Amino acid sequence: MRESARRPLWTVLWSWDALVIVALVLVIAVGTSTIDGVGTPRFYRFVVLEAIPIALIALPLTLVIITGEIDLSVASTVGLTCCVLGQLWHAGVTSLPLLVVLSLLLGAVLGALNGVFVTVFGLPSLAVTIGTLAFYRGLAYVVLGDRAVADYPVSWTRRMISPIPHTTIPWFVFVVGALALVFGILLYATPVGRALYAIGNNDVAAGFSGIAVLRTKFWLFVATGACSALAGVFWTFRFASARADNATGLELSVIAAVLLGGVSIFGGRGGLVGVLAAVALLGVLRNALQLADVPANDLTIVTGSLLILSVVGPNLARQARDRLRRRRPIPALERTQ
Amino acid sequence: MITTPAPVRARGAATFARRLLVARELGIALALALLVAVTTIRNPRFLSAQSIKDLLLGATILAILATGQAIVVITRNVDLSVGSVLGVTAFATGVLFKDHPGTPIVLALLAGIGIGALAGAVNGGLIAAAQVPALVVTLGTLYVFRGLDYTWATGRQVNAADMPHGFLSLGTRTILGVPVLALFAVAVLLIAGFVLRSYRSGRELYAIGSDPDAARLSGIPVGRRVFAAFVASGALAGLAGVLHAARFGTVDANAGLGSELNVVAAVVVGGVAIFGGSGSVYGAALGAALLTTIGSALPVLGIDPFWQRAAVGALILAAIGLDRVLAVRTARRLRGGRARDA
Repeated sequence: MRESARRPLWTVLWSWDALVIVALVLVIAVGTSTIDGVGTPRFYRFVVLEAIPIALIALPLTLVIITGEIDLSVASTVGLTCCVLGQLWHAGVTSLPLLVVLSLLLGAVLGALNGVFVTVFGLPSLAVTIGTLAFYRGLAYVVLGDRAVADYPVSWTRRMISPIPHTTIPWFVFVVGALALVFGILLYATPVGRALYAIGNNDVAAGFSGIAVLRTKFWLFVATGACSALAGVFWTFRFASARADNATGLELSVIAAVLLGGVSIFGGRGGLVGVLAAVALLGVLRNALQLADVPANDLTIVTGSLLILSVVGPNLARQARDRLRRRRPIPALERTQ
Repeated sequence: MITTPAPVRARGAATFARRLLVARELGIALALALLVAVTTIRNPRFLSAQSIKDLLLGATILAILATGQAIVVITRNVDLSVGSVLGVTAFATGVLFKDHPGTPIVLALLAGIGIGALAGAVNGGLIAAAQVPALVVTLGTLYVFRGLDYTWATGRQVNAADMPHGFLSLGTRTILGVPVLALFAVAVLLIAGFVLRSYRSGRELYAIGSDPDAARLSGIPVGRRVFAAFVASGALAGLAGVLHAARFGTVDANAGLGSELNVVAAVVVGGVAIFGGSGSVYGAALGAALLTTIGSALPVLGIDPFWQRAAVGALILAAIGLDRVLAVRTARRLRGGRARDA
């Protein structure tokens, strides 16, 4: 603590957020100069299209993980929302705003169900959301079976991925940006945000200091469900297809991004800046490797390895730093003697 | 586990805990029996010799995976990579027989177990040495192992024609109406059950799962035990991979894709607490049998097979909810008992 006066620059340089951003810049620089097609406007369009659903879910999930909980059911929520959306469209709901609102409502209810199991019944979120991972995906199959709903108006599907005028970037990025702003302000600039870290570090102590631990967690699960549903709406119209197996396994990409972004799986550590940088890093890396003709199978190895590295790396760094810090006071003591 | 110095209380608590354990497994067995009974009333052929054989065959691989998973979950960890390990070893078995047609079956079994143990050692090494959470590491290796599997297979598949006849008959032969494969599962189950119940190292796994810090303070080599648990889980997944190849004959890189969910479901439904310290491999195997039976009972009962996944999910939620209720009741009763003594 005594060193805090001369630490700021050092911590900024060595903070995980900065490291991820540096890695992102490096990957872009190396990719652009060595792989044909990387760095073009078209390339960024595909990176952003792929990153949008991941970022949408990663925003609330970051907050959930900071409180020490987890939600593995997000990809199944996406899949179920796709199916219900498709079925509603089939059943004659032709108003786009109504469809979107109903989807978000469904997502909020699915998230609330997770939240009730975790906060009211006091069950571990890991077990609950493994259960709802299977349950929601199962319901998706119940709703649509092995059919697909793909006959949406072309104007809807085209509008969903249409670019901002004079660029190639899809306009939907503004929605992600607005949500990032909301969640960012919530996390960094409000008492609620500070409370999330307190809960993640020690939820009993947080409860004793007057934080509504259970209510906070409940609403975070609701937010995660709603954002996953929004990702489902985007997914349905981007691919113009609602199928029960939509977004299967997407939870890995999201959790990989959140953890690579420096959020501790044990809670209490990390932030949105690193997570958004990690979403971009993974997106750029995957698309660049694809352009470099790396087979899709090897990409899963890369994602999996990065996920492992993102927990092993900070852990080893922390262990090394602890050892360093433990060694430091001793020469100081000798000097005073 | 409950360890109170006063001998009388310890015995009372231990018998109570044991009764609870029996009740928990009895509950799954009853649910299984009920399901079979209802289904048989609807369609008597559900209990024919052939369909019992199919049920046992279907449950075998899941039960072996669930046994390994239970060992890991008891230590308050989880191994999500078992499906991928199964995929790698199933494909490796196929390639082994294709490239070296004369390979003895025992050698194939040992090779599969060895590859699985190696994969488990990777998981366990990362988790025990670098002290990172098992959920994240095995989620990562789930994709790494599967990716290696795909890269190795490059779309090839090994057909039943490439496998020796003796190996394939392992998957179909029966002894007194019981499939040979199911005997493998029973042997694995009995050995694992015995080690967990009666060996010191087995009991230490429960201690680690109940409270890792307390276990470390009481001199249990936590890292080494957790490492061993993951090696065991990997080795059993490897064995399951070889048996998968024997049962289906044709293997590609997709074997066991997504099966980790069913395995975790079987373990949780079987009464192994997801946060460690309680449960048994027998419960996990019963959970595997229950899930398999649900899978084949739904069509017989005239229920849309698309409901199966939802049923698995609902069953997980019901099981953890039930465990919670039981745990709360036990805690209340134990607290009440102590209050009366005081």
